[in-house]
Amino acid sequence: MTVPPQLRRALVRLRRDILFLASGVLPHLAAPPLFLWALTQVVGILDGTSDAAPLVLPVPSALLAIAGYGLTEVQRWRFRALCGVDLPRLRFTQAKRQFGYNCLVGPLLGVLEVALFTLLVTGVAAATSLLWIWTVPPPERHVYVMSAVLATVLGLLAIAAVPPLAAGLVRLENLVGRAVLGVSRAEELERRVEDLTASRADAVAAADAERRRIERDLHDGAQQRLVSLALNLGLAKATLTDLPPEAREVIDAAHREAKDAIDELSTLVRGLHPAVLDELGLDAALSGLAARAPVPVRLRVDIPDDSPQRTSPAVEAVAYFVVSEALTNIAKHAREATRADVAVTRLGEILRVVIADDGVGGADPAKGTGLKGLAQRVRSVDGTFRMSSPVGGPTMMSVELPCPM
Amino acid sequence: MPDVKRAVIAEDSVLLRIGLVKVLEMAGFEVAAEVGDAQALLAAVEEHRPGIAVVDVRMPPGFTDEGVRAALSIRQKWPATAVLLLSQYVEERYAADLLATNTSGVGYLLKQRVADVEEFIEGLRRVADGGTALDPQVVAQLLVRRSSDPLERLTGREREVLALMAEGRSNAGIAAQLVVSESAVAKHINSILAKLDLPKADADHRRVLAVLRFMGVAG
Repeated sequence: MTVPPQLRRALVRLRRDILFLASGVLPHLAAPPLFLWALTQVVGILDGTSDAAPLVLPVPSALLAIAGYGLTEVQRWRFRALCGVDLPRLRFTQAKRQFGYNCLVGPLLGVLEVALFTLLVTGVAAATSLLWIWTVPPPERHVYVMSAVLATVLGLLAIAAVPPLAAGLVRLENLVGRAVLGVSRAEELERRVEDLTASRADAVAAADAERRRIERDLHDGAQQRLVSLALNLGLAKATLTDLPPEAREVIDAAHREAKDAIDELSTLVRGLHPAVLDELGLDAALSGLAARAPVPVRLRVDIPDDSPQRTSPAVEAVAYFVVSEALTNIAKHAREATRADVAVTRLGEILRVVIADDGVGGADPAKGTGLKGLAQRVRSVDGTFRMSSPVGGPTMMSVELPCPM
Repeated sequence: MPDVKRAVIAEDSVLLRIGLVKVLEMAGFEVAAEVGDAQALLAAVEEHRPGIAVVDVRMPPGFTDEGVRAALSIRQKWPATAVLLLSQYVEERYAADLLATNTSGVGYLLKQRVADVEEFIEGLRRVADGGTALDPQVVAQLLVRRSSDPLERLTGREREVLALMAEGRSNAGIAAQLVVSESAVAKHINSILAKLDLPKADADHRRVLAVLRFMGVAG
């Protein structure tokens, strides 16, 4: 016999609901007796009717404290295993919420669960009353037939009502459970911020690592090959002096192009992640940038060697990228610029990078992908990016990067 | 006494090593050994006592500054062996470390310079003969560094002359590069020496001192 999928799904759901509710009865009803026990002892102390009360009281209190924590764990397990709802692990200090659930809301839910199961059991008993009637001796049996039929109908109705009622109760428990034991909006946001901060730092680090890997690959592969190619062409140029001028010209051009390719690749690799940054730090890498800039650059780097902590590689990479982009921009756009000034200072937990030029100004971070990308990269490590570039100049860019201790 | 015309090459990229051998042979050197890491280099120098060692900065196992450290110990143990460092990128600290020991017979060039075969051979010979060869980019980078000291008093032309001196060129070489007469170069050099407050000693020594001051490794 095949069960239609819709019915099967309903049955699976019903089974889950029943299991969920059944597993809730004991943990929901466990706390009140302990609570009442403790309460009677308190009353006993106040009344003076029980001499043993002061000695007994700690027992239910301790049991209550332990049970409270244990019961919350049981609830977490119930919700996770049967409803797929993850409740957070509550700390012991959040006793108020645990107490509220286990001693106040929980018992009410427990009562509803008991009522539902009572309805189910009674329904089954009533629905089968036509069978039971055979236990009554035959002479009086006909008297009960009408009531038995009525009981069967009512019993079947009660059984039919159980699945929707169970589903409703499960929903109610989910609502209550999440409201009392779940995370509040503020906590959820706090967690989310923590998560996002961590995952963003991971993403930045991963992007950095990836750039570094590409840099190494290019350096060990393509760059070496290009140098070798240019070298061989250079050798050809130097040794094959008796070639016709056309052939010499071709070799010449190839040699020039190979050298240009090396330069271009070097620029690209440096833009990705300069190896010198890893090996010798920011100071050395920046002086390389300054030396290659087309305008004279005055560079000042003031990072005390005894800094409580070395600037993190991610922050160093951003600082390098900022200076690199800024100098490229000056070369490309600030046509009137005759000099630039780069200052990098470590002030406690802040790494400040200031780049100024004496060009005509008028740079707008909203336009141009270079400046936008720069601001984005600064933000990726929680830095601030400021730029002032009035028409007529000068242009000044100031970036502050946090270096948490 | 080492054979000036004998050379040892340390370079981990096989392609480049082959090319370097060709260039060195073309320049009239006899390549006694070609190795791929710093340890093998030291062993080869000890065995062959070459006139010059051409050394890559980044080599196994660490791929950082193995070549520089090997070069420094070569300069210390076998001062008669000149060292020409080849680097993928400019690192002035390496150059300064190398020059701090002794300015004669050392060179620091970017790897891609080997492509300009004739110029490279010229630098190679200069270093093997006890001179210096510094990459123009190294020199440019040093100029950025030294901006708040007596060097500021130099004129643009004088800085150019000093930079070329640092590259290891002779007066004649500087004159050819700047397209001026040799006497003009001599005048510039005298002016540089005066502005840098260098003691009056013999010309060669002062010349070295000027370069050292320029490099920021002395005085």
